[in-house]
Amino acid sequence: MDLDFTPEEEAFRDEVRAFLAEKLPQRLSDKMRKGQHLTKAEHEEWHAILNERGWLANHWPVEWGGTGWSVMQRFIFETETALVHAPRVLPFGVSMIGPVLLKYGSEAQKRKWLPRILDGSDWWCQGYSEPGAGSDLASLKTSAVRDGDHYVVNGQKTWTTLAQYANMMFCLVRTSNEGKRQEGISFLLIDMTTPGIEVRPIKLLSGDHEVNEVFFTDVRVPVENLVGEENRGWTYAKYLLTYERTNIAGVGASMAAFGELQAIARSQHRNGRPLADDPQFAARLARLEIELENMKTTNLRVLAAAGAGAAPVAESSMLKIRGTEIRQTIDDLMRRAAGGHARPWLPESFEGGWNGEPVGPEWAGPVATHYFNDRKLSIFGGSNEVQREIITKAILEL
Amino acid sequence: MDFSLGSDRQMLSDSLRRFLADKMPFALRKTAAFEGSGWSRAIWGQLAELGAIGALFDESVGGFGGSLFDVGVVFGELGRALLTGPWLAALQAGHVLAEAGCSDDLAALIDGSQVIGYAEEEADTWFDPAAIATRATPAGDHWLLDGAKTVVAYAGSVDRLLVVAQAAQGLSTFLVERDAPGMTVRDYLLVDGGSAGDVTFAGTPATLVGTAGEAAPVIESARALGLVALAWEAVAVMDCLRDQTLDYLRTRKQFGIPIGKFQALQHRMATMALEIEQARSAAINAADALRGSRLERERAVSAAKVTIGKAGSLAAEEAIQMHGGIGMTWELAMSHYAKRLVMIGHELGDEDHHLARYIALGQAA
Repeated sequence: MDLDFTPEEEAFRDEVRAFLAEKLPQRLSDKMRKGQHLTKAEHEEWHAILNERGWLANHWPVEWGGTGWSVMQRFIFETETALVHAPRVLPFGVSMIGPVLLKYGSEAQKRKWLPRILDGSDWWCQGYSEPGAGSDLASLKTSAVRDGDHYVVNGQKTWTTLAQYANMMFCLVRTSNEGKRQEGISFLLIDMTTPGIEVRPIKLLSGDHEVNEVFFTDVRVPVENLVGEENRGWTYAKYLLTYERTNIAGVGASMAAFGELQAIARSQHRNGRPLADDPQFAARLARLEIELENMKTTNLRVLAAAGAGAAPVAESSMLKIRGTEIRQTIDDLMRRAAGGHARPWLPESFEGGWNGEPVGPEWAGPVATHYFNDRKLSIFGGSNEVQREIITKAILEL
Repeated sequence: MDFSLGSDRQMLSDSLRRFLADKMPFALRKTAAFEGSGWSRAIWGQLAELGAIGALFDESVGGFGGSLFDVGVVFGELGRALLTGPWLAALQAGHVLAEAGCSDDLAALIDGSQVIGYAEEEADTWFDPAAIATRATPAGDHWLLDGAKTVVAYAGSVDRLLVVAQAAQGLSTFLVERDAPGMTVRDYLLVDGGSAGDVTFAGTPATLVGTAGEAAPVIESARALGLVALAWEAVAVMDCLRDQTLDYLRTRKQFGIPIGKFQALQHRMATMALEIEQARSAAINAADALRGSRLERERAVSAAKVTIGKAGSLAAEEAIQMHGGIGMTWELAMSHYAKRLVMIGHELGDEDHHLARYIALGQAA
């Protein structure tokens, strides 16, 4: 038993901290801390800063621009960047299509697409969910029919995150209705500027525009954009679910947010005393802190096992469930801490450069919006109910 | 970072597990824990020979452990076997003796020749040592105790008691012989097996351990050790409950299929498994925090007690629920594990007590 980082890991952490102190623009961390929206250019700016250091796709193989970091180093990097409110690396290119191409893509595909992820030439979006295929993804209907050296795609995707910025989509399509549903799915790379594609925004309950519907009408996709074999796409899609889950619990981001919450609880007064001294609130805060402390160690235990070669299937699902529950609880307590000041809605204040007068304390502005927006956490990436079934199936072996 | 036990500790764990499986299989334990004083002094002696008591103490004081992870391993195996006996008392009393430099007494505890109980709680203390009312007054070369202790583990069957009492100088610790004049013990069995007793002292002669009035930090750290031990015991008990429940979900059929096929039970099982992993992390954190400052240590052990309190009640209740009617029977091992787990929640401060304490310690930080 040794819960300390090694001297090498400590040195690595110092290196990450020094890099962040030097290279993370205050402008971006301020926006992140205030919960404001990043523009497309700001996302790209942060990716470029990381790429310049060679840390953008840190989990890729070295020969394709990765770092060769251990899982523990990745965890340290993810935690340290979150603690200083750096923007998160968008997963769609680096952590989703990148790994699929690395494992299943042709040499030509790797050579063409991977460098473009690193240098920011492409912004990828994920074409998985459909109106009738959510948790039951294998029931997807968007079809791709072979026509010469093209597939012709018709159908609809939904919940497509940041598709409004994307020029490329990796997309699950149905190429066969024979046999098992999972065996008729293929994995296509689709240029979003192809005629016949329409992206329509979905306005979320929080007022945010981050997801979209994408409609396909006779969209022609060259056959060289098929990944792997036709009708084997389900295998590639599932691979994504087991890859790169070191940060699935979002421990670093929750630690940073919990720090903000603690500071608020000390500065905010209710009934003439700090909120942190209110017995009801203090109890909620303490239970949350204990859960987060436990989660940190659970996460490290899973990483240590993964580093030793284990494939932590049930454990990854546990991290997803409890990690998202913790984050939602932080949002919940932020909202409660704001009292009546959680109610005013000033969406213009969520954009950078806003110089208006906040209603109540500045931090209270976005708390209700964040609370509602983060309800998504227990729904996406495999709902927490689906995760519970994964856990039980793994440990029950029925 | 390394979360494995390491080879020495793994050997200790394996040898205890083999010994207990052989000498105290569940069929035997089920009756032994509810007969007489509910524990076996013969098994105690053999475990002492195996090094189970010595593993609780550092080499510098005559033990052969030295880390809280050793304590965790021993209590984990005791929990797995649901072994009864004054183990927690040995840990706490032994710590007090070690801190006071009573090496002969500690050596007799470690080799199994002397069994020492630990008497701290009183009817009105509710886990707060400052509220202890038992008085100690000097009488020449010894002291006299007056007062009453409650639910003192194995009070009727240990050789001596280590008693926490108030002297004029403040909290102090004393050794009292089992047959000391003026001492009475009312013995009873416990819900989860084993026994305890209510002890009264009326001018009972006692020997001071350590310096009068300076026991507060020692009994606090003794309790911290006890909390680490209980946390590891609880996690081992939860592991058993989880495995027993998984077995049942695989084999019990209703409506023509194993009940583990039902989503309602799958979700309950997943939540239980998740809470157990969080509890294991809390137990590890608590053992590790004994290296840190007093505040870090005390926050971590209280956090662990809150966590095993929450996870323990859930695991016990869910295991019984998922077993259905059979889970309500004395016959089944599972029900005894469930009882032990819930009763751990009542030792050394319950979940609410430690949540309040965790908050207070945080405000002091």
